[in-house]
Amino acid sequence: MQDSTRTEKSKLSARSLDDRWKAFLFLLPTLVAVAVFVYGFIGWTGYVSLTGWNSLVPDFSWVGLQNYVALFQDFRFQSDLRNTVVFTLLFIVACLSIGLALAVLLDQRIRGETFFRNLFIFPMALSFIVTGVVWQWIFNPSTGINLWLDRLGWTDLPVWYVDTRIIPGWEWGAIQVGIPIALIAVVVAAVWQLSGFTMAMYLAGLRGIPDTLREAARVDGAGEWQIWRRVILPQLHPITWSVVIILGHISLKIFDLVVAMTGPGANFVTDVPGVFMFETTFRGNHYAQGASIAVIMLVLVSILIVPYLVSQMRREERG
Amino acid sequence: MMARPGRIVIYLLLMLAALFFLIPLYVMVATSLKGLEEATLNRMWEWPATMQWESYSTAWERLAPHLLNSLYLATAATLLSALLGSLNGYIFSKWRFRGADTLFTLILFGMFIPYQSILIPLIQFLQTINLYNSLPGLILVHVVYGIPITTLIFRNYYAGIPDEILEAAQVDGAGFGGIYCRILLPLSLPGFVVVGIWQFTQVWNEFLFAVTLTTSSQHPVMVALQNLSGSQIVQWNIQMAGALLAALPTLIVYLLLGRYFIRGLLAGSLKG
Repeated sequence: MQDSTRTEKSKLSARSLDDRWKAFLFLLPTLVAVAVFVYGFIGWTGYVSLTGWNSLVPDFSWVGLQNYVALFQDFRFQSDLRNTVVFTLLFIVACLSIGLALAVLLDQRIRGETFFRNLFIFPMALSFIVTGVVWQWIFNPSTGINLWLDRLGWTDLPVWYVDTRIIPGWEWGAIQVGIPIALIAVVVAAVWQLSGFTMAMYLAGLRGIPDTLREAARVDGAGEWQIWRRVILPQLHPITWSVVIILGHISLKIFDLVVAMTGPGANFVTDVPGVFMFETTFRGNHYAQGASIAVIMLVLVSILIVPYLVSQMRREERG
Repeated sequence: MMARPGRIVIYLLLMLAALFFLIPLYVMVATSLKGLEEATLNRMWEWPATMQWESYSTAWERLAPHLLNSLYLATAATLLSALLGSLNGYIFSKWRFRGADTLFTLILFGMFIPYQSILIPLIQFLQTINLYNSLPGLILVHVVYGIPITTLIFRNYYAGIPDEILEAAQVDGAGFGGIYCRILLPLSLPGFVVVGIWQFTQVWNEFLFAVTLTTSSQHPVMVALQNLSGSQIVQWNIQMAGALLAALPTLIVYLLLGRYFIRGLLAGSLKG
């Protein structure tokens, strides 16, 4: 017991002050880099977002929250927020259910397990650009998926990423609330790319559950289904949280996949904050406005990430 | 163990899933092997009547310089960030000091931020030090923003190396540097493989930095590929050939060393 806690909280005894200083000295470049490139730059972006720098010429005149007010009144940004919520929910739910299903299937002592496992994960080795290019072709309104749907006798074929329909489409101010059909194509591509990751996480989790646990439940007279619900699934909760956090932060930041597949889309049905920020800043030269979008993105990600990081840290400190 | 019909269902479901994962690959390969007249809308799902390789030579012509850019970029950035991560991981796992956990968490946060939130100052900074629109500039960026993940992976890896070994070396008179160079580094190969694969893949596939920090001739391959599809008439066969060429390096790495890739994946996602 004593030993294990010591390894956990491993600390070499610094024989001389010299060693301690060396360690700090070698860490220093990293600390400076992170302080400047992460925290310093975030601070500067925050500052820029409060200025009037909205042309090619830097202009640091103070405008307060004006850029943010303009942003939230903007139809495009409102659409972005709707799209982000819809995308994140669909993406996470699909990845979790497909990933868990695949992991459970693979956990049944399958022949060719390695083959299937590697096949399900390989899209992660690709870039979102490649994924986007290919799925764009598959979801092309006049070919791909639609050729099949047509053959199946489907009328009123969706035109996917050029579709402007939003279902069910409640009015809420200027925007319609619902699932933009065009966004579904992007979600499918993203799920294709990342559900293998969920599968890998769940599989590692399932393999980490000691057999004795199942045995004990079995001895206590639990049926297979009960063992599943009462023993296995609860064990997977921490993994589910990790996956939600990781996929969630990916989807809040999503940019390249959308650029490669659709861009903002007609009526901004597939636009996301990442694309909006990019176009505002580097196509429109509205730097301050772009910075304010970036700050909102950071806030959204932080709401998800910070509690997670803090709880991880606490857990480690406790050992 | 399940009964027989159950197992048939399991295999059926797995095949179905396999189909879903293979479709884009099939589409990519089939389309890239077609001539322009065959790469049309209504024959999308058909295998090419005669295989043609011209789309590859066209795509190669347009992408080759950018593939080279990406190769330099990914190799240099991977090596440097792996070295830095190894050193950091060593310090954070074996020379823990007061406040180390807090510092480490502050560093980790850098892994999750949307890079949009640092992009404007980053461009200003690179322009100031004359590294804007250059490969060295892009390498610097990837090394800096690679610190959190490489540090994390190495820290977890080194945590598994028992302190007793290092303490023994310490008794023999090895100090901070000696322990690292003579004990830890020789044991680090698997760690370097995991981090190397992970970083190479990430840097190779990265798009936002690539598209905002470089222009035309300096573009890494992902930007060039995106531009290929954005050009006048969409030539699907060339686009698919280009996508395959751009994806090949990371695909090969994955095929050869997939086991380590997955390990990095799990390590990168913190610990359960």
